[in-house]
Amino acid sequence: MQNKRYTRREFIRNLSLTTVAGLSLPLLSSCTKEETEDFLQKHFREMTSDEKKRVIAKLEERYQQKYGRKFQISTQEAVPDTLWAYGLELSRCIGCRRCVYACVKENNQSRHDPQLQWIRVLRLKRGNLINLEDSEHYYDPDLVPEKGFVYMPVQCQQCQEPPCVKVCPVHATWQEPDGIVVVDYNWCIGCRYCIAACPYKGRVFNWAEPNTPREEINPSVHYLGNRPRMKCAVEKCTFCIQRVRQGRYPACVEACPTGTRKFGNLLDPNSEMRYIIDRKRVFRLKEDLGTEPKFYYFFEA
Amino acid sequence: MKKLTKAIVLGALFLGACFTPLLSDAAEEFPVAPPPMTEGMFPCRNCHGSMEVNRKKRELKEEHTQIKLHHAEAMRWCLDCHDARDRDKLRLYNGELINFTESYRLCGECHGPQYKDWQAGIHGKRTGYFMGSGKRTYFLCAHCHDPHEPKFKPLKPEPPPTKPKEP
Repeated sequence: MQNKRYTRREFIRNLSLTTVAGLSLPLLSSCTKEETEDFLQKHFREMTSDEKKRVIAKLEERYQQKYGRKFQISTQEAVPDTLWAYGLELSRCIGCRRCVYACVKENNQSRHDPQLQWIRVLRLKRGNLINLEDSEHYYDPDLVPEKGFVYMPVQCQQCQEPPCVKVCPVHATWQEPDGIVVVDYNWCIGCRYCIAACPYKGRVFNWAEPNTPREEINPSVHYLGNRPRMKCAVEKCTFCIQRVRQGRYPACVEACPTGTRKFGNLLDPNSEMRYIIDRKRVFRLKEDLGTEPKFYYFFEA
Repeated sequence: MKKLTKAIVLGALFLGACFTPLLSDAAEEFPVAPPPMTEGMFPCRNCHGSMEVNRKKRELKEEHTQIKLHHAEAMRWCLDCHDARDRDKLRLYNGELINFTESYRLCGECHGPQYKDWQAGIHGKRTGYFMGSGKRTYFLCAHCHDPHEPKFKPLKPEPPPTKPKEP
């Protein structure tokens, strides 16, 4: 009897093992194999290249089933010596929202319930530019531009000191070496701290399973960019990471009918962005917050 | 003597090597999209080739009636930009004839600052690849500004986002 008695150490060990087993059993048994795999998937930055390949293969198969298309999922890394920045000429924007819908199409956002858009075009009274509280983004006239108004599209400003990255409790969002702030949608727990932290309303949330029509899907995607998302993931503008890392202009730049939108590499002295910063009157939104946006609004000098 | 010839040949080769890229650059620097022409109009010589040149400023009543000239019209006339003898060409101040694909040079003669910005890709629009070996396309001035009536036309905006439902 005496030697059959448990020591305190054994008791605690057995108790904790039982608890872990008891807790994980319902969790794992209620999941499908797919969900378990997703649950156990590593953080993107901690994956080896083999693991990345496996994840990509898995996703490609899944997207093929869901959308009936062959997907190209890129994991292309940042191009050396690049720091991307955006320019937007306020004196030219006419508020036509072509950029908004080009972005939605390129980046596979949910079209309705929830309707997610990464660009919000603000309409402001002329002469009242910085008073964002008085802005309106549901304007709907027959023709734009309207007399007495200016338009200011706002999207993720790709801050160099991003508050959204700082508040993420699980490091599901981070800044890439080329300055783009990205999200690992699989790692995101949907707490939406980042949405609260962003002073530009640059992030949106998949409150429900996204609705992207099969026939409108863009199958050329980046893992950290426009691949189809899932319910409970936060998403945002990535400067079209899948395009710019291949040297192509972002979709919104190509869609703008007035040439308002400019894009370039801050580290290249011959880039469009450096030309703008050198020669035009530029400002950054809410500069006083110290977020160091890489999104430059400018005027005809 | 032999040495001198050699030096001259080498010098010529060197100079040639220096200037060839400059010359070829001028042609390739601005790959533009095809100019926006009214369908069925080009080439102009189909009609103008056999017509006598009338340099008088007048209202056009038979042809080109859809063109409304609102581009400093008080001091401008067709032949200020279009060459009188070869209508398939545009004419610069110095008399040089250029193709419609190079029309930015003509626009740039008056609109200098815009031309400078356009060359740098700031005024107007470029599409395609900005980096690497891919193709980049410049939009011509005339793609956005009708040269006869350059003011940018108002557009119908895309629909606004749906408002969140009241709880």
